[in-house]
Amino acid sequence: MRNTFIIWRKEMRSYFVSPVAYLLLAMFGVIFGFFFWNILNFFVTRGMESQMSGEMYPMNVNEQMIRPLLSNVGVIGLFFIPMITMRLFAEEKRNGTIELLATSPVRDGEVIIGKWLAALTLYGGILLLTALNFVFLFKFGNPDWKPLAIGYLGLLLQAGALLAVGMFISTLTKNQIIAGAATFGVCLLLWVLEWVSGNDSSTWAQVLSYMSVVSHIGSFSKGVLDTKDAVYYVSLAFLGLFFTARSLESLRWRS
Amino acid sequence: MGLFKDRASCFLKQKTMITVNELTKRYARNTAVDHISFNVERGQIVGFLGPNGAGKTTTMRMLTCFLPPTAGTATVAGFDVLEQPLEVKKRTGYLPETPPLYQEMRTREYLEFVGKLKGLSAGELRNRIEYVSERCAIGDVREKLLGKLSKGYRQRVGLAQAIIHNPDVLILDEPTAGLDPKQINETRDLIKSLAGDHTIILSTHILPEVEQTCQQVIIINKGKLVATDSVNNLQIRARGAESVLVEVAARNGDLDSGTIQSRLEKVSGVSRVLFKDKRENRSIFEVESRKDRFIRGELARAVVEAGWDLNELRPAAVSLEEIFLQLTGDQAAAPKNEAAAKGAGK
Repeated sequence: MRNTFIIWRKEMRSYFVSPVAYLLLAMFGVIFGFFFWNILNFFVTRGMESQMSGEMYPMNVNEQMIRPLLSNVGVIGLFFIPMITMRLFAEEKRNGTIELLATSPVRDGEVIIGKWLAALTLYGGILLLTALNFVFLFKFGNPDWKPLAIGYLGLLLQAGALLAVGMFISTLTKNQIIAGAATFGVCLLLWVLEWVSGNDSSTWAQVLSYMSVVSHIGSFSKGVLDTKDAVYYVSLAFLGLFFTARSLESLRWRS
Repeated sequence: MGLFKDRASCFLKQKTMITVNELTKRYARNTAVDHISFNVERGQIVGFLGPNGAGKTTTMRMLTCFLPPTAGTATVAGFDVLEQPLEVKKRTGYLPETPPLYQEMRTREYLEFVGKLKGLSAGELRNRIEYVSERCAIGDVREKLLGKLSKGYRQRVGLAQAIIHNPDVLILDEPTAGLDPKQINETRDLIKSLAGDHTIILSTHILPEVEQTCQQVIIINKGKLVATDSVNNLQIRARGAESVLVEVAARNGDLDSGTIQSRLEKVSGVSRVLFKDKRENRSIFEVESRKDRFIRGELARAVVEAGWDLNELRPAAVSLEEIFLQLTGDQAAAPKNEAAAKGAGK
């Protein structure tokens, strides 16, 4: 536990002394701000239209703003996750500091969990930044906060799973670029798998669609906590962490 | 508790710090370390000597629990590297070939991180950082980024990192590689000063380094143990007995070197006289004594009494270099012969 915390602190430090964390926070903030402005604009226009035409459309902040926004965040996240995970182990391998970690009295598991939690914390920080926009919704509107909270929980679960996968990929190479590119490819693949189900309803299409990360974020965005989707993310995270552990161990046998 | 105390006291009495028994590391295509066995006593500095690719780093990595051995056992500070790696790791400090530094950390932060990782409490940590900074002379770079340090400082921070938790065993992989001569001397002195508190294994391919710093040498070549002994014993062993270079000149005119040789052979204690060289009227011989006989005085008298000039008389010191070549030479020559044989076959 103590060792996990030491590793976590070291990783957080290294995110924040380099420009990585600030760059990610700023970029995510700008992109999310753009989406927020766009959707808000649409929402307000529709509201005005409905008033002018005299007939009342059903208007709901949760349904028409928060839900699409959170879905978007899930997809934008796919592009940011490789940038968070690519350095986790690749950098240690390149600098030779992996030898320090491996010869210190800490378990592999403590190192892995420490690093993963640090990555998750940074992603959580990024999500927190987006919450800043929602403050305005609460100030001027009257949305329900519970679906919003569940939406964020879904995003965190999704990130936990993808960060674990990205971390695993980072143990495979010394080169951060390769780790980043491969993680990006995997993230992208896990996203587009969902598209198969659009025009195909055969069994294998269903299976592929189930494997997609994005198809599971839908229910969370709606504010529904579906165990099936939660189990998917948690098991993917476990798989990633498990592979990371095996990969680290195999480093020692091969090296 | 009583049991633990017994174990601890028993351990304190124990003299052997590192026991390596038939240690082997095989990879898919080659055997990096092949059945190596040796012991290291508490408080000693041991030189781990061998050409590049001999298996030094692999052996050290197995001792630090970085690599698991394929076969054989190794015990460090009383704990088996496979059975109780965490206990071994707590008691060893390791400086890999390239110091494992985080470029974006400051020296102080780095030492804090490593100290905590090795299990020091906050109170101990402050004292130890103070101590190692002074010991390794890195006080003036404490607030500098590690990425900006010069090679010498990087090496010293690496060493500070290795001793921060006051380990019983220090394992240093080529600690002086890539340093300038002044830094090399400083590092050697530092390592020497660390002996006693710590048992040190250092690897190198530089022979004078071993002669200067180590008490014991372990020579390996191509993964096999070639010799393990104290530095003095190795030198004696390699030359058998004392050997002396003698240069004799004639007073007037030419002198038959055969005459000189037969005269030198008559000196008591001489086992063998080798004619080395002849320039104008000077002849050079290498004279070997019998074991434990001091012959230089007798030689000088014999030459002078015969009416010749004694130009030079000096012990032919055998360097570790020669020992090393003697010990590893046969194996090194073998592939060449093979290649020659193949060539001839064609």
